[in-house]
Amino acid sequence: MKANDVILHTLTRVAVFVIFTFALDLFLSGHHEPGGGFIGGLAIASGIILFYLAFGYEKISKNLPVNFIKVAAAGVMIAVLTGMIALLFGDSFLTHHVFTIRLPIFGKTEILTSTLFDTGVALAVIGVAVHIILTISEDRS
Amino acid sequence: MSTIHLMIFLPFIFAIIVPLIDRLSKRKVHTGAFVLVVPLVLFVYLLQYIPEVVKGNISTASFSWIPDLNFTFTVVIDGFSLLFGLLISGMGVLVVLYSIYYLAKEREALAHFYVYLLLFMGAMLGVVFSDHLMILYVFWELTSISSFLLIAYWYERKASRQGSLKALLITVTGGFFMLAGFILLKMMGDTYSFRELIDQADELATHPFFLAAMILLLIGTFTKSAQFPFSIWLPDAMEAPTPVSAYLHSATMVKAGIYLVARLTPLFGGHALWFWLVSGVGLVTLLYGSWTAIKQTDLKALLAYSTISQLGLVMSLIGVGSLAFYFREGPLFTIFATALFAGIFHLFNHSTFKGSLFMVVGIIDLGTGTRDIRRLGGLLHLMPITFTVAVISGFSMAGLPPFNGFLSKEMFFQSMLDVLEIDVFGLKTWGILFPVIAWVASVFTFVYAMILIFKTFTGKFHPERLNRPVREMPFGMLFSPIILALIVIGGFFFPNTLSKFILQPSLYSLLPEAEQRGIGHISIWHGFTPAFWLTVGVVLFGILLYLTQRKWRNIYHLYPKKLTLNGLYYGSLNGYERLSYRVTTSYMTGSLRHYLLYIFTFLTLVMVISLIRNGNVTVTVANNHPVAVIDIVIVIGIIAAAIATLLTNSRIAAIVSLSAVGYLVVLLYVIFRAPDLALTQMVVETVTTVLFLLCFYHLPKLEKRLEPVKFKLTNGIVSVTFGLLVTVLSILAFNHKLFPPITSFFENSFELAGGKNIVNTILVDFRGFDTMLEISVLVIAGLGVYSLIRLGLKERDTDES
Repeated sequence: MKANDVILHTLTRVAVFVIFTFALDLFLSGHHEPGGGFIGGLAIASGIILFYLAFGYEKISKNLPVNFIKVAAAGVMIAVLTGMIALLFGDSFLTHHVFTIRLPIFGKTEILTSTLFDTGVALAVIGVAVHIILTISEDRS
Repeated sequence: MSTIHLMIFLPFIFAIIVPLIDRLSKRKVHTGAFVLVVPLVLFVYLLQYIPEVVKGNISTASFSWIPDLNFTFTVVIDGFSLLFGLLISGMGVLVVLYSIYYLAKEREALAHFYVYLLLFMGAMLGVVFSDHLMILYVFWELTSISSFLLIAYWYERKASRQGSLKALLITVTGGFFMLAGFILLKMMGDTYSFRELIDQADELATHPFFLAAMILLLIGTFTKSAQFPFSIWLPDAMEAPTPVSAYLHSATMVKAGIYLVARLTPLFGGHALWFWLVSGVGLVTLLYGSWTAIKQTDLKALLAYSTISQLGLVMSLIGVGSLAFYFREGPLFTIFATALFAGIFHLFNHSTFKGSLFMVVGIIDLGTGTRDIRRLGGLLHLMPITFTVAVISGFSMAGLPPFNGFLSKEMFFQSMLDVLEIDVFGLKTWGILFPVIAWVASVFTFVYAMILIFKTFTGKFHPERLNRPVREMPFGMLFSPIILALIVIGGFFFPNTLSKFILQPSLYSLLPEAEQRGIGHISIWHGFTPAFWLTVGVVLFGILLYLTQRKWRNIYHLYPKKLTLNGLYYGSLNGYERLSYRVTTSYMTGSLRHYLLYIFTFLTLVMVISLIRNGNVTVTVANNHPVAVIDIVIVIGIIAAAIATLLTNSRIAAIVSLSAVGYLVVLLYVIFRAPDLALTQMVVETVTTVLFLLCFYHLPKLEKRLEPVKFKLTNGIVSVTFGLLVTVLSILAFNHKLFPPITSFFENSFELAGGKNIVNTILVDFRGFDTMLEISVLVIAGLGVYSLIRLGLKERDTDES
C-alpha cells in the first residue's frame, strides 16, 4: 500500500472523522436505536483499516502503537468481568442493570451495565478485525 | 465453608502465590522454604483430629458446591482418611525439606516444581477426605495430571516426556473406567455419597449392576496403584525428580488405589469375585514386581519395581481382609479383620521405609553422579550416615527385625497361612498358592534389598567409574531420611502406640465390628509360629540366592523382549497412531472444495432425512409479505451477480461481483426495515472486500481448470439441492412453530432489558451469554489466523536462511 495518492490521503483525513463519529454514535445509541457494540466496533475497525490503506503500515503503526490482539483480549475480558459483577450482588451471571443519573450537561442519563458489556464486544470486534487484516497484509514475504 | 475445607484448598491457594514468591525472593532464599509451611500447617492441623478418631468420632463438614446438581462437598475425617491425611502432610513436610537440598535454586525452575507439588498435595487431600463420588473423581484425575506434570518436570529429556505420557494415558484411562463405575454406583444407590452407599451395602449386592460396577472400579484403582498388568507406568515415572518419586510414586499417590479399594471393601467385600480379583491381582503383582526388581541395574528402577510388589502385597492383604465381611463373626472374622489390619499397617510401614530409601538413592545420585549399581560400590566409608539409613530401611523392606517391616511381614505371612483354614470360594484347592507365592516373593524381596544395600555400599570403590569426587551430603538433606529411619525403628519397638492412635481407628472406620474385639494389637514376639519359620526360610534362601546370583541371573535373558507389557503398550500406541493417520489422511485432502462438499452433503442428508421422517410439512406462501416490483429487481440482480461470480475468469471481477451480491442484500434489508442488519451487512461487506483484496495477492491465478466431469457433476448436484433445501426450510420455518415463540420477551424488551432496540437487547441481554462466547471464538479465530501466518512466515525464514 505504498501508492502516493494525494486524493486518498486528503479524503481519508476527512472521512475518518466522519466514520469515527458515526461509529461512536452507532455504538452509544445502540440500546434504543439501530446500532450497538458489534456494528459500532466494526465501523471503527473499518475506519482504522482505511487509515492503514491510505497511509501505509509503517506510518500508522508508529503513530498508533497498539497491539490489536491485546485490544481484542481486553474486550473479552471486559465482557466476562461485566458478567461477573452481577455475581457479586448475588444475581446470576450477566444480569444487567440500569441506573438513571443526572449529569451536568446531558441531563437525565441512563447508565447501563450492558453498555459496559457492549464495550467489550466492540473492543473484541475492533481488535480481531484489524488484527486479522494487518496480519494478512503483512504476509508479503 | 469450614476450616477443613480451607485446609484442603490451602495447597491450591498457595500454588497461586508460589510463582509470585519465587519472583519476589529473587532466589536468595530457596522457594521450598516458603512452601514448607503448607504441609507443616496441614500436619499440625490434622494431628488435632487424632483424639477425635481414637474416641471413634467421625468429623464431617459440608458445603454446597453446585446445588442444582446436588453436589455437596462433604469432608469426612475418620480414622482411615486421617491416616492418609497424616501421610500426605507428614511425608509432604519431609519431601519438601529434602527437595530444598535436592533442587539447586540457581538452576531449576522451582516455581513450576512447587506449584505442581502443591497441586498434587491438595488433590490428594481432596481424594482421601471427600465423601462425594464425583468430587473424589475430580481430585483423583487431578492427582494424575499433577503426577504427569511432575514426571515431565525435566521436560527437555525425552525419557521424561515419554514416561509422563505413559503414566497419564494409563492412569487417566483407568480413571475413566472408574468414572463409569461411580456412575453405576450412583444409579444403584441413588446417591453420590460414599457413606450412604455403604449404608445400603446389603441391598446393592443383589443389584444387576453390582459386578459391572465392581470390575470398573477395580480397573480404575489397579491402574492408579500400578497393579499388574497396569504397572508399566511406574518404572518410567522414575524420570521424575527423586523427591517426587519418594512422595507421589511410593508414599502417597500410588496408594490412592489401595485407599479406594479399602474404602469400597465394606460395599463389595464378601463377594467371591472381589476377593479373587483383589487378592489375586495383588499376589501376581507382588511376585512380578519382586522378580523383576532383582534384574534392575538402576537403583531407582529397582525401587520402582519394589514399590509395585509392595503395593501388590498390601492389595493382597486387603483382598484377604475382605473375607471378614463374609464371615461377619466368630474366630474367622477376627483372623481376617487382622489381615485387613496388617494391610493398613504395612501400608504405613511401606511409606516410611520406601520414602527413606528413595531419598537415600537421591543422595547417592547427587553424591556420585550415577544410580547404576554396576558403577557403584564401597560407598560405606564415604557416606556413613547414608549407609546407616539405607541399612535400616532396606532391612525393614526385607522384613528383618528390629524394624517395622518385620512386624507387618510376619502378620502378612500369618494372614496368608490363615487362608488355608477355610474352604469357601474354592480356596480348598487354590488356597495353598497364597502362602507359597507370598513366601517366594518375599525371598526375592530379600534378595533385591540386599542388592540395594550391599552392591552400593560394600565391595570395592571404583572412583574411575564416577565422574566426580564422592562426598557425604549436607545434614539438611539427610534430615528427612533420618527421621523416616527413626520411625522405622520406633515402629518396631512401640508398635502399639502407633496402632492405638492411628492404625486401629483406621481399621475401625472401615470395619466397625472389629472394635468390640479389640483387633489391632501387635505383638513383637509371637513365639515360634509358622510365620516365624517362614521368615527364617526367607533369610536363608535369600542369602543363598544373593550369593549365587551370577549363576542364575541369566534366566532373565531367556524371556523374549518382544513379549513384554511395554512392547504391548508401545505396539498398540503405534498401531493407534498409524490407524488414525490413515483414516485422517483418507478424507483430509487439504482441498477446501472437498471440505465444503462434505459439509454440504452432510447437511443436505440430515435435513432431507428429518424432513421425510417428520412428514406432515406444508409449504405455503400465503402468510408471506406481498412481493413488490423492486424486490424482484433486486433478487434478479443478486442472482445475476452470483452467476457472474461463478463464470468469470478474473479473480478481481469475481471479488467485485461477490461484493455486489452483498450490497444488494443490504438493499433488501433496508426495504424490509431491518436497519441493524443492513448496517452490519454493509460494514462486513466492506471489510470483507478489503480482506479479499489483500488475500488476492497470494491466491493463484484463476483459470479454467480441467476437472473430471464427475467431480463437477457432484458439485452441481450438491449445490443445487442444498440451495433448494435452504429455500424450502426458510419458507417452512415461517409456517411451523414447533416451540412456543419467544417473541414476547422481545416485545417487552424495554421493561425486561431497558432497551428499545430489540436486536441489541437480544445481543447484550437476552442472549448475552451467546455473545460473550461468540466474541471469545472471534478472538480465538484471530489468534489462529495470526499464528498460522506468523508460524508460516517463520518457517519460510528458516528455510531461506
